[in-house]
Amino acid sequence: MRYEAPNSVEAAIDLLAATEGAYVLAGGTDLLVKLRAEMLEPELVVDIKRISGMKGITPEDGGWRIGAAVSGAEMGEHAGLTGDWPGVVEAVGLIGSTQVQGRATLAGNLCNASPAADSVPAMVAANATLRIVGPKGSRDVAVIDVPASPGKTTLGSGEFIASVFLPAKPDHGGDAYLRFIPRTEMDIAVVGCGVSLVLDGAGKVSAARVSLGAVGPKVMLVDAAAEALIGRAPKGDALEDLAAVCSAAATPIDDKRGTVDFRRHVAGVLARRATEIAATRAKGETA
Amino acid sequence: MSQIHVTTSINGDTTEFLCEAEDTLLDVLRDRLGMTGSKEGCGTGDCGACSVTVDGRLVCSCLMLGAEAEGREVTTIEGMATGDQLHPLQQKFIEMAALQCGICTPGILVAAKSLLEKNPDPTEEEVRYWLAGNLCRCTGYDKIIRAVMETAADLRRAS
Ligand SMILES: Cc1cc2nc3c(=O)[nH]c(=O)nc-3n(C[C@H](O)[C@H](O)[C@H](O)COP(=O)(O)OP(=O)(O)OC[C@H]3O[C@@H](n4cnc5c(N)ncnc54)[C@H](O)[C@@H]3O)c2cc1C
Ligand code: FES
Ligand code: FES
Repeated sequence: MRYEAPNSVEAAIDLLAATEGAYVLAGGTDLLVKLRAEMLEPELVVDIKRISGMKGITPEDGGWRIGAAVSGAEMGEHAGLTGDWPGVVEAVGLIGSTQVQGRATLAGNLCNASPAADSVPAMVAANATLRIVGPKGSRDVAVIDVPASPGKTTLGSGEFIASVFLPAKPDHGGDAYLRFIPRTEMDIAVVGCGVSLVLDGAGKVSAARVSLGAVGPKVMLVDAAAEALIGRAPKGDALEDLAAVCSAAATPIDDKRGTVDFRRHVAGVLARRATEIAATRAKGETA
Repeated sequence: MSQIHVTTSINGDTTEFLCEAEDTLLDVLRDRLGMTGSKEGCGTGDCGACSVTVDGRLVCSCLMLGAEAEGREVTTIEGMATGDQLHPLQQKFIEMAALQCGICTPGILVAAKSLLEKNPDPTEEEVRYWLAGNLCRCTGYDKIIRAVMETAADLRRAS
């Protein structure tokens, strides 16, 4: 294996494109585990942390552009980002321990392509986009379009994610992410749910995005769940309908972490609870 | 394959080493630099026995390549005491018997020190969450948490 730490995007693309079996290294909290387990035997590892701009969180068009090497801990310490997208920041904050937080990144979580990745449903709900750079230039892609199947992404050869963009937080908008795990820390989501919504002057939902993780081969955006909320106050029957839609949309597997029935049920419960938190935040209250 | 030459700072001393691309920082510390205070419990980020700080950030040295340390500032358990003078956390762990076999102890001390630098007045819950990535199979955690809380209180009184 070779290790390179280029300091420009162009140099990183050249290295990645020229080498069969080249892997990007961001925080390494997935990659190093796989190296050690010999699940991967890379020819080349390209560390992107020395490329300028990869470590920045910068305001853009009312939203935030987050460099691909920004760690979860750095996001959690950023007051502006945490104020606008608390659900996304909480989701990344759930990844691993304090030590893992010191290194883990959003793009690494996404590109590891685990169906249970915690930050991914939150980014999907927030309608985040990625700036993907590669030999053919750069393109902006919605988060939902990156995971292909467990462990696989739609990124082409030589491509990598340079940054994640969280759009301007809508007025009277709020987001939330919840996951269920059997313990309180250091575990993998059995179900995860991200919600982002906007309330109108009458307290009814005018826009919503609801996503589920760990209940299918990849993250899903549940349009019917958004439809169950839009035009209604986020309480009572609206929440019951939302829960039913999410339980029905889930396509989980049975494994040691949870049965199909349990996961379907929990998908509905988490959707309801995350919606309540998002709605509280949309009213400008803390939750 | 030619080795990678790395220059870094470890506990304030400029240090140079050669390593293979696949060597973790933990491999380098233990096997190349003879600094065996950082332990390998799992090698997969789960136990925290290998905890160090890099540019002030708490990380698992088993989940970082040695080559990544170029130009960084690394601190390890070996840098915690000043000569013979133990750090207050080390002293308190001994007084309160917050260790048994001791394999988790270096990692827990490094992690606890990093917490108290950020938050001198943590709640018990905050201490428990901060240390959730540091496993101990002997003590049952209670003495560890109490030793950290008491050290924090001592340091607040002293400042
Ligand atoms: C103890 C422990 C606990 C964990 N707990 C959780 C948890 O609770 N929830 C959870 O979701 N995950 C968890 N993880 C998994 C992991 O920490 C996360 O997936 C993390 O976000 C990965 O980010 P990274 O920067 O460390 O990725 P890396 O390991 O650097 O990379 C992961 C993959 O993505 C690729 N990649 C990285 N960055 C880019 C980029 N910019 N462009 C293209 N490809 C890229 C790499 O080549 C690699 O294949 C845990 C891991 C450990 C070790
Ligand atoms: S050895 Fe690094 S976390 Fe266990
Ligand atoms: S004292 Fe033995 S593992 Fe903690």
